Amino acid sequence: MSVVFKRTIAEINEKIKKGKAVVLNAKEMARLVREKGKKIAAREVDVVTTGTFSPMCSSGMLFNFGQHPPLIKASKVWLNGVSAYGGLAAVDAYLGVTEPAEDDPLNKVYPGQFKYGGGHVIEDLVRGKSVRLKALAYGTDCYPRKELEKDITLAELKNAILLNPRNCYQNYNCAVNLTNKIKYTYMGPLRPNLGNVNFATSGELSPLFNDPYFKTIGLGTKIFLGGGIGYVIGAGTQHNPGPVRNKRGIPMQPSGTLMVKGDLKQMQARFLRGVSIAGYGCSMAVGVGIPIPILNEEIAWYAGVSDEDIQMPVVDYGADYGQGKSRILKYVTYAELKSGQVEIEGKKVPAVPVTSYALSLEVADLLKKWIESGEFLLTEAQEKIETN
Amino acid sequence: MKKEYSKIIALHFSPETSRLPMMYNLAKKFDLTFNILKARINPKEEGHMILELSGTEEDYKKGLSYLQEHGVSVQEVAQSISRDEESCLHCGLCTSLCIARALCLDLKTRLVIFDSSKCTACGQCTRICPVNAMHVEINGDF
Repeated sequence: MSVVFKRTIAEINEKIKKGKAVVLNAKEMARLVREKGKKIAAREVDVVTTGTFSPMCSSGMLFNFGQHPPLIKASKVWLNGVSAYGGLAAVDAYLGVTEPAEDDPLNKVYPGQFKYGGGHVIEDLVRGKSVRLKALAYGTDCYPRKELEKDITLAELKNAILLNPRNCYQNYNCAVNLTNKIKYTYMGPLRPNLGNVNFATSGELSPLFNDPYFKTIGLGTKIFLGGGIGYVIGAGTQHNPGPVRNKRGIPMQPSGTLMVKGDLKQMQARFLRGVSIAGYGCSMAVGVGIPIPILNEEIAWYAGVSDEDIQMPVVDYGADYGQGKSRILKYVTYAELKSGQVEIEGKKVPAVPVTSYALSLEVADLLKKWIESGEFLLTEAQEKIETN
Repeated sequence: MKKEYSKIIALHFSPETSRLPMMYNLAKKFDLTFNILKARINPKEEGHMILELSGTEEDYKKGLSYLQEHGVSVQEVAQSISRDEESCLHCGLCTSLCIARALCLDLKTRLVIFDSSKCTACGQCTRICPVNAMHVEINGDF
């Protein structure tokens, strides 16, 4: 006779408060499930922590820079020469991480270097540096000021919210180049004739590989975001609820995404880094960690995903990708990619990561520490994210 | 017993020495093997060269003295390339263009190892590191 094993988030939180919750990172959980099975794993473990640290281009900062009378309704806004979107109320604006500085030479000398952009501004602010704010307006009866220019720090901003429309892609393409010229892509440089294969995920540590059907992650899930606390606020843009899945339920293509937010003022620059991707543009590497409450054996089984279970599609970024063709050359497992080389079309191709595995693990371990110390409690998702 | 000694070095030749057959002399007089990784003479007739020099330690040192006596400035490549350890994300992207494999990923720790003795100062990593953590300071511009 088997008894159905169940646990609630409230029960887990009680254990966390008493410092008695058993927390494993996703790598440790993969091993436990492999060695002892989901039944034992579910009974022994309360929470699994995941982590990823990768460039996430659909990220940015929603901010309010406060009024400095006479009042202004800013329509054009810049921070350190990087343009922010000002089509919001008076002193609200949104700075996207891929926005390059306005005087950036872009790809005029190819490949462009894209030394400074929105992501770098965010990193500078989090480091406590002051940035140059410039705002222009057309002037109204109620908002007479037409120009504002001053140095401002994160502490002086009225609000600064990291608001990322699309993070944590569940699975992603591995990029190769079948042409005979080097290509500079958002997946990094790709040497000609299958010179290298670039991949971007933290594999068994990656949040959405550990909850592939969104059984626990949804709107309202409290997470580690940029070294501070954040929340999932729903599916991200381009979220694909109906991917093809392998036997273990892992999507075989880029599929689920998350929209997340958090107060920038409590984040750490170690986990929010402005990046410059040669020939492509600016972005920001974001550290995200999501706790998965082990509510039953099924959730334990999914959180026990191993690198060997994750299959990723290899796509030609030399020509196919830009033309919108989704021809998949083959599938490779994350375990193969991690070994340093994979075989594609009969050639041994060096595998190059874009995601920092070391920092992804650091995110998962830091979140684990927060939960173990009783300072981070879990939340119930308030709305489910659509999935097949 | 003879020991194989090998280093990658950057040489800077004044206009007076850039026309002399220095490499030939290194091989002939000191029995050294050289592998030229990069060479250039600029419009001011100054020469820059990066090469791997191998032989016994004794011969290597004699060869180096010979170069310096003739006014060639010598800089070890390993000492002129550096990584900002605070900044490095250990993502691994730099390994894509490091043909010398001076930058490679430790498969166990997943940290990027930088073996400066293998570095040829090609500078590719400085152009593609997303956080600008790699720096090369070599005499002369390549």
